[in-house]
Amino acid sequence: MLARIRVIYLRRACQVFFLLLFLFLLVRTGFQGSTGPADDIRMRWPVHFFFLLDPLAALVNALATHALYRGLVWSLLILLPGMFLGRFFCGWICPMGTLHHFFGNWRSERKRGRQWIESNRYKPWQRTKYAILIAVLAAALFGSALAGWFDPFSLLVRSLSLSILPGLNYAANAVLAPLEHSHMGVVQMLGGFLHAALSATVLNFRQPHFRLGVLLGLILIVLLALNLRVTRFWCRALCPLGALLGIASRWSLLSLHKDAASCDNCNRCLLHCQGGDDPVGTAPWHKAECHLCLNCVDACPQHSLQFRFFRKETEVVGPNLPRRRAMAGLAAGVAAVPLLRAETAMGRSRDEHLIRPPGALEESEFLSRCVRCAECMKVCPNNALQPAFFEADLEGLWTPVLAPRIGYCEPSCVLCSEVCPTGAIWTITPREKGWVVGLGQENRQPVRLGTAFHDRSRCLPWALATDCVVCEEWCPVSPKAIWLEQVEVTDVDGSHKLLKQPHVDPSRCVGCGACEYACPLQEHPAVYVTSIGESRSPGNQILLTRGKEKAQS
Amino acid sequence: MPDSKVTRREAVLQILRVAGAGAGTAAAAFWLAGRSTRPVPTAAASVKRDHRVPISAALPQMVVVEGIDPRALVRQALGDLGGISRFIARDDIVVLKPNIAWDRTPEQAANTNPDVIAEVVRQCWQAGARRVIVSDVSCNEAERCFRRSGIQAAARAEGAEVILPDPARFREVDLGGVVLQSWPVFEPFLQADKLINIPIAKHHSLTGVTLGFKNWYGILGGQRNRLHQQIHQSLVDLAAFMLPTLTLIDCYRILLRNGPTGGNPEDVALKKTLVAGTDPVALDAYVARAFWNLDSASLLWLKLAEERGLGHTDFESVPTKFTRLG
Repeated sequence: MLARIRVIYLRRACQVFFLLLFLFLLVRTGFQGSTGPADDIRMRWPVHFFFLLDPLAALVNALATHALYRGLVWSLLILLPGMFLGRFFCGWICPMGTLHHFFGNWRSERKRGRQWIESNRYKPWQRTKYAILIAVLAAALFGSALAGWFDPFSLLVRSLSLSILPGLNYAANAVLAPLEHSHMGVVQMLGGFLHAALSATVLNFRQPHFRLGVLLGLILIVLLALNLRVTRFWCRALCPLGALLGIASRWSLLSLHKDAASCDNCNRCLLHCQGGDDPVGTAPWHKAECHLCLNCVDACPQHSLQFRFFRKETEVVGPNLPRRRAMAGLAAGVAAVPLLRAETAMGRSRDEHLIRPPGALEESEFLSRCVRCAECMKVCPNNALQPAFFEADLEGLWTPVLAPRIGYCEPSCVLCSEVCPTGAIWTITPREKGWVVGLGQENRQPVRLGTAFHDRSRCLPWALATDCVVCEEWCPVSPKAIWLEQVEVTDVDGSHKLLKQPHVDPSRCVGCGACEYACPLQEHPAVYVTSIGESRSPGNQILLTRGKEKAQS
Repeated sequence: MPDSKVTRREAVLQILRVAGAGAGTAAAAFWLAGRSTRPVPTAAASVKRDHRVPISAALPQMVVVEGIDPRALVRQALGDLGGISRFIARDDIVVLKPNIAWDRTPEQAANTNPDVIAEVVRQCWQAGARRVIVSDVSCNEAERCFRRSGIQAAARAEGAEVILPDPARFREVDLGGVVLQSWPVFEPFLQADKLINIPIAKHHSLTGVTLGFKNWYGILGGQRNRLHQQIHQSLVDLAAFMLPTLTLIDCYRILLRNGPTGGNPEDVALKKTLVAGTDPVALDAYVARAFWNLDSASLLWLKLAEERGLGHTDFESVPTKFTRLG
């Protein structure tokens, strides 16, 4: 008995460890978590570690690109033991699973006594996740990483980074501010101390903001709330990674041995079952549903349940998915990509605000890789990367776009390309980005995100006979891509006045958006960046030659 | 059937209870109604302080030092000006205002030289300062600017407090200027007993050069991209508000073109010079002339500043000492 209790404790310790590791890496996904000398700033920890362990991300990447990006081969660490042992990952490691496990333990009106036991029996709707898996894999085969909408890590990191954590950051500041401004010395000191401690560890230096982030937060909250009806509903019914590991467990060597003779149908095993895999003595065990949490073994007063290697047991292996359902999933995945690509984003006229981060691949290559994990948006020091809502059409939902009005792309920064787990934003160095040393210093062209344009009907020197030049001041390339022309203008009193009107030189502009960010006309800037001229798209260019080539001609 | 009537005693208690709750609600409502006023912006505080120290006729008001080691330049300059203890008293809170505006490395000469800052910090401790604070309100993302400029590491190595521009620590202040009235100012700059301005000399398209005056933009929060509309008057308003103890213009590396951001090593010129002193107008006029050949007559803000009594544009009339270190 003692030994068994220890196994449960071991599992809990393991779950807590990986959840804390996950949260630590998530919080450190930012400039605060970076290191290195001034000219080569990198992440201190492999903050995208959990994505590297994700066999679903790896499989989707392999199917869509016929290759495995960088560290994704690490996912074998989860997949291979999973093939031998079963879905231990879901019960022991997965941080999303651990969160659901925690909330699944909460009591509710809908989950007590008989209802609770019944809710933990195997249900046919648990097979939904296999249909989802088949659909996202079919989509991957057709070159779209839609799987990111459902991948548990993508979902969790996206909801936490773009909504829950910024919300907590706001809440913490809202509580700390009145404490710090208190007239009572003790309270003020406590507030100051808390502020300093939280700033050094978890608080953001600047409050992050994300467009429609609240939707992403609500998705996670609803999924967690479903635990009040059915324990780990997400893991049982929806998670495509769980489905993948369930299928992978088909030939696993570990089985649940049920000693039917000693079972007295007390149903204690069902009470604590996480996977809904029928550990109870009278029904066949569903191997692909079991998370190997070992709660049933621990709960059985008769010691009738044992996990054993190399046994022939009466059990249901594999997804148990009727062919018709499987075909429906396949059809959905196969149909999704052509239907989505018949939208405008893949056509001639893209949304002008579809500005991708530096290092992003050409759009169809990008969409075949991006799992919408939001790591790039979390790490961006300027809060510049935002989840796309309509800029990239439905297929690009929650992929990263640069929103210069909120933040511009920092010239020497390449952190988004460093944390991207799938190569949608290919790793580049600040030197390859080519904005720092100045154009003409390197033989290569810099990475360009788009091109800036002035709106002369709003620009102060153009429209209002007023000095400004802030766009030129902020332009980070050298020689500057914004040049000034001294002109004599007439102001409202009819008097003549000398001032400098800005022009963009598109051969030098890299599309960083600093001018748009710095423009005093904040809500509708008089200089703005659009995607035209982005170096990733041969079909989205203006000039015949740019930069270096121009100089040679 | 049980009797459902209440006793007289219970009835009285019920009435008292509901009357109490009603009276409380009404009182709260009238109290809150009395408090209703139209929300007004936080009143700007008048917190102007003069950080200057008296001028001594025996000592120069401007020193120009040339040499290889930036730290030696600082030591020499402060020595020539009468020693740091002339400016910093025991237990002073000293605030240093370098330029840490841009996400650039020291070689790109967009931010003040970190060695210059480090040496000034050290000198302040020697004079017995209580706190030495280094701060700026950056343009680019502040954490990157402070790290990549090398100033954060250099100042911390000398024991200074490096304060990043926390958005929660700005105070609405009445600058009392001609065009600048109520603006958010970063709090550490208001706590100073002594204030040392340590800009770097750079090119700027609107003002020709950005030196000591323009460095004061970095105390402000808010929408400071509007200042450029009346940049000369804004500069003078700010300089009249800040009144520094001492100004050191870092001309070790200067940014000749493409200022104030630069980025290209070709824009940088190595001048190995430090210009320091107590007359901010003369210092700016001298550097503009020496390195950009700009006449102070063409720099409108210097003329306005002289009219305001902030210093002398005719730097040749200011007692000056030139030193070249071997």
